[in-house]
Amino acid sequence: MASLAATFGRGAMTNGWVDIKNADVILAMGGNPAENHPCGFKWFIEAKKTRGAKLVAVDPRFTRTAAVADLYSPIRAGSDIAYLLGIIRYAIETGRFHKEYVQLFTNGPYLIGEKYGFDDGLFTGFDDATKTYDKTNWGYEADPKTKAYAVDKTMENPRCVFQLLKKHVERYTPETVARICGTPKETFLKVCEIVTSTGNAQRCGTITYALGWTQHSTGVQIIRAAAMLQLLLGNVGRPGGGVNAFRGHSNIQGATDMAGTFEILPGYLKTPAGPQQTLKDYLEAATPTTLNKQAWASMNYWQNYPKFMASLLKATYGKNATKDNEFGYAWLPKVDGNYSWMYIYDDMYRGSSKRLGADEPAPEGLITFGMNPMGIGPNVPKMVNALSKLKWLVVGENYEIETATFWKAPKEYGGPDPSKIPTEVFQLPASGFAEKDGTFTNSARWLQWKWKAVDPPGNAKTDQEILARIFLAVRDLYKKEGGALPEQVLNVTWSYSNPAAPDLGEVLKEINGKALVDIPDPKDKTKMIRTAGQQLENFGQLQDDGSTACGNWLHLGVYTEAGNNAQRRSTADPTGLGMYPNWTFSWPANRRIMYNRASADAEGKAWDPTRPGIVWNGEKWVGDVPDIKPDSPPGEYGAFIMNAEGVGRLFAAALNDGPFPEHYEAVEAIIQNPLHPKVTSNPATKKFSSDKDVYGKPDQFPLVCTTYRLTEHYHYWTKHTEVLNQLQPGFFVEIPEAYAQKQGIANGSKVRVTSARGSIEGVAMVTKRLRPLQVDGKELIQIGFPIHWGYSAGDTGHTGPLANFLTPSAMDPNTWTPEFKTFLVKLEKA
Amino acid sequence: MSLDIRRSSASVWGSASGMRTAQVVSKYIDTTTCIGCKACEVACQEWNDLGPVATEQVGTYQTLPTLHAEFWNLIRFNERDFDGGLAWLMRKDQCMHCDEPGCLAACPAPGAIVQYANGIVDVNPDQCIGCKYCETGCPFDVPRFSATTGKMAKCTLCVDRVSVGLEPACIKACPTGCLHFGTKQDMLELAKGRVQQLKGNGFAQAAVYDPQGVHGTSVITVLAHGDHPEYYDLPVDPHVPWGVKLWKTIVRPLGAIAIFGAVIGAFGHYMNHGRKGVKGADAHDANLPDA
Repeated sequence: MASLAATFGRGAMTNGWVDIKNADVILAMGGNPAENHPCGFKWFIEAKKTRGAKLVAVDPRFTRTAAVADLYSPIRAGSDIAYLLGIIRYAIETGRFHKEYVQLFTNGPYLIGEKYGFDDGLFTGFDDATKTYDKTNWGYEADPKTKAYAVDKTMENPRCVFQLLKKHVERYTPETVARICGTPKETFLKVCEIVTSTGNAQRCGTITYALGWTQHSTGVQIIRAAAMLQLLLGNVGRPGGGVNAFRGHSNIQGATDMAGTFEILPGYLKTPAGPQQTLKDYLEAATPTTLNKQAWASMNYWQNYPKFMASLLKATYGKNATKDNEFGYAWLPKVDGNYSWMYIYDDMYRGSSKRLGADEPAPEGLITFGMNPMGIGPNVPKMVNALSKLKWLVVGENYEIETATFWKAPKEYGGPDPSKIPTEVFQLPASGFAEKDGTFTNSARWLQWKWKAVDPPGNAKTDQEILARIFLAVRDLYKKEGGALPEQVLNVTWSYSNPAAPDLGEVLKEINGKALVDIPDPKDKTKMIRTAGQQLENFGQLQDDGSTACGNWLHLGVYTEAGNNAQRRSTADPTGLGMYPNWTFSWPANRRIMYNRASADAEGKAWDPTRPGIVWNGEKWVGDVPDIKPDSPPGEYGAFIMNAEGVGRLFAAALNDGPFPEHYEAVEAIIQNPLHPKVTSNPATKKFSSDKDVYGKPDQFPLVCTTYRLTEHYHYWTKHTEVLNQLQPGFFVEIPEAYAQKQGIANGSKVRVTSARGSIEGVAMVTKRLRPLQVDGKELIQIGFPIHWGYSAGDTGHTGPLANFLTPSAMDPNTWTPEFKTFLVKLEKA
Repeated sequence: MSLDIRRSSASVWGSASGMRTAQVVSKYIDTTTCIGCKACEVACQEWNDLGPVATEQVGTYQTLPTLHAEFWNLIRFNERDFDGGLAWLMRKDQCMHCDEPGCLAACPAPGAIVQYANGIVDVNPDQCIGCKYCETGCPFDVPRFSATTGKMAKCTLCVDRVSVGLEPACIKACPTGCLHFGTKQDMLELAKGRVQQLKGNGFAQAAVYDPQGVHGTSVITVLAHGDHPEYYDLPVDPHVPWGVKLWKTIVRPLGAIAIFGAVIGAFGHYMNHGRKGVKGADAHDANLPDA
């Protein structure tokens, strides 16, 4: 979600599932929602049936989504940026974009400093030795007189973002798109016409994506291109619009919100870095300032960062967090390098964490919950050898997953002889999702409470009980034996009714937060907005002086004095647009469509009166929960309150691989980059350098391969479930019919797929749904196979190869997400 | 709750009390919004306590080649080239609940296959003798012999659910709304509306599949390529086989008439039910409440 945050200010689905029914055009690309989100897909169908919406599916394969789409466009896996920049070029060239919106709500008119440039595949500021960019080269130009951002509202200044964008995309002609993407030019132009039909006030379209965009070495920039396209078309903040990111699991949004990755704390606060030894230093680095003080200024909502952080520290350390000790800031771990999971396993494999300034021994133990490293990581041969170096491994799971049995992996995975593996493995039986209460936070940012359906079987325990018991045991050890920095553990507050198995309702209450003392109303100090002990109602009530505690400022409002709002189930729909304001709780602030200020024009009138997001009634904004100060008249603040500029970013200096997206080939490139052969792949991409990190070349591996999931299965679990096994009984490889015929491969026969990492066997599914493409003047063949199988399937016998045996350890430089969607293979009859 | 029976296999007529009328019900299947997710397949098995069936990957997304005694609801996947484009067609296959059920006509076991007044065609396992004649009578290749029970098995249109006012399990499970359930008349209206929409959307040949060769079915299907039902593994013009008709309309009634008791029964029935007279010996039109 790094790209959405860099563009709009928050890294999540902008609108919501139900809102898709309000779209006139749906571009489904980088995802196969009919396959992977069949329940949410009902809103696509609803839009088609009730609005006559056009659904366009762009995918290397003719998918389940394509099967019900109005138009299908083939594309070469990994060439999405060229495709999207081609649409942007078309929109600008034909004038089919929402100019008034772009002038009001984007940084299109903002001038960029002279240091920015782009030449032959590289942006300015690239350091070839470290493969990183110096992003200070991409800054805004400040007005010499006012010191505010320099802006040209006409967007004609050659240094304004709009003109720079126009110049950047002029290379992406329909012919070039066809050459790079393998999409027939006529099909591409049809897509352009449909998508840009929403570049005005009357119509609105949405773009939906999922892991088909994320899992590339250019993943973040692909999504950036989509976000930019939507800004250009004026589709962000409006009902029926947005960039709707579909999460890959039922609660991934919740996991990310609650610090699912190493670089963030709950609520997307930043993990402190080594040099930030005091809270003051940390807050100075983390709290953005704005140059924008005039009309349409930025609310710069992140200026409240100190309140969010102080409240988080109070929620973490309770009474031990005082003003004098900076609320316990010193006890928070400071990161000295990249600890995303790919790096952790690399450390494990190499036996050292020494890199990028870090200097620690490799991990000797691993606790893994809700994650199956053997299955989900690329390059399984490296993973199995990494795990084999651990002293101990704890797996909390409801099935015996591949990770728990990594030492039993079949020989071809290249792990050591089991007798030589020192790892002691503990499998803790954990309850499944239906065996515990709690919330799922869906892609639409709804925290939805679910109730336990059945008790866990046997000795299985809930995750929170397992974690709580480990925590309490570790805390006892620190109490008894001391150790390095025991305060870090001893000072953590743990005030649950049942400390060994916290009730998740209590935890949610703690996440929402409460007033610790009476909080006076700033407008009338004789009144209290909250009294001590009361649950907080909104993040406007948070304080930076330690008088409020809040586990995640973004979730504030989920558990108020009114009770657990995640349990609300009202189907009342006052707007008629499917916002259902009293169905559960939607962060932020129960807002259903983010950036909804942009749904209204300069005067505060809805762009499309039949689909208002919020409108100004002369006194306040009404409709959805406004994403702006509720009583701030039109013209006072910009529509993107989380961005320091107050506008959506067509040009974004925050990302590690460029302020504009650019087409790069995958790390395993099938061709040289037709635009700049000297810079074929993303120059800032991350790779590893161990002996197991090998990458293939097209002379040996002449086919492009991609991986995906199936409706019938859930990740690596459901091969334990006979009902689902009967629906999709085994691993298969999808092969274009035309190619299979040439190679003499019959449908249903056995084939072998080999990459630079390994080789797997499966059943050939010969299909018309994959077709040879003409790319850069040559015929290009794409094949693909689903994940879901592995060597651990209980008694069902439904084992199969791990798809990631073949995938490379190459990553996006912003999120460190592996490139599962495009790599090179060869195919043979087995 | 018991349901009035319109027709019963190897019987002269049904057993309608005549005390209430039942509207003919129907499933509605819109193949143009089906994504082949197979939720209906699982719902069918779970509700009816079937399977699982041992399957293997043979190069298709389709669960099984055809219906099975433990698998009454199957999405059929077909890849078709048309007009330079490609269609990946998914069609929910199950008993079509014909208005003129060939299975019932072919069945020699009295009461083993019944057609309720609401149009649902059901197998009564108590009476089924497992002779497989119904297989030959069915123009849609639906009934399957279960080696486990020695009986025939097929979709019941969830008669147990429908009779207490619930929709069939497959309908309830469908996430996209491509399946609906209601009176046949309402479903036909829905289907006609959708077909109009499809025609406006470039599918000039869109049509409702409600084959008149079997007097229509209680499963109506919207097809984008309505001129090519075979694209969806549907028979173009299904009829009850003539051999079955011959047996049903001529041979068996002769035998039936020969049975005196049956004649007495018919007379008794006439006395009980007054004007709902028997129009000839065939049960075809007998004893029908105004459906």
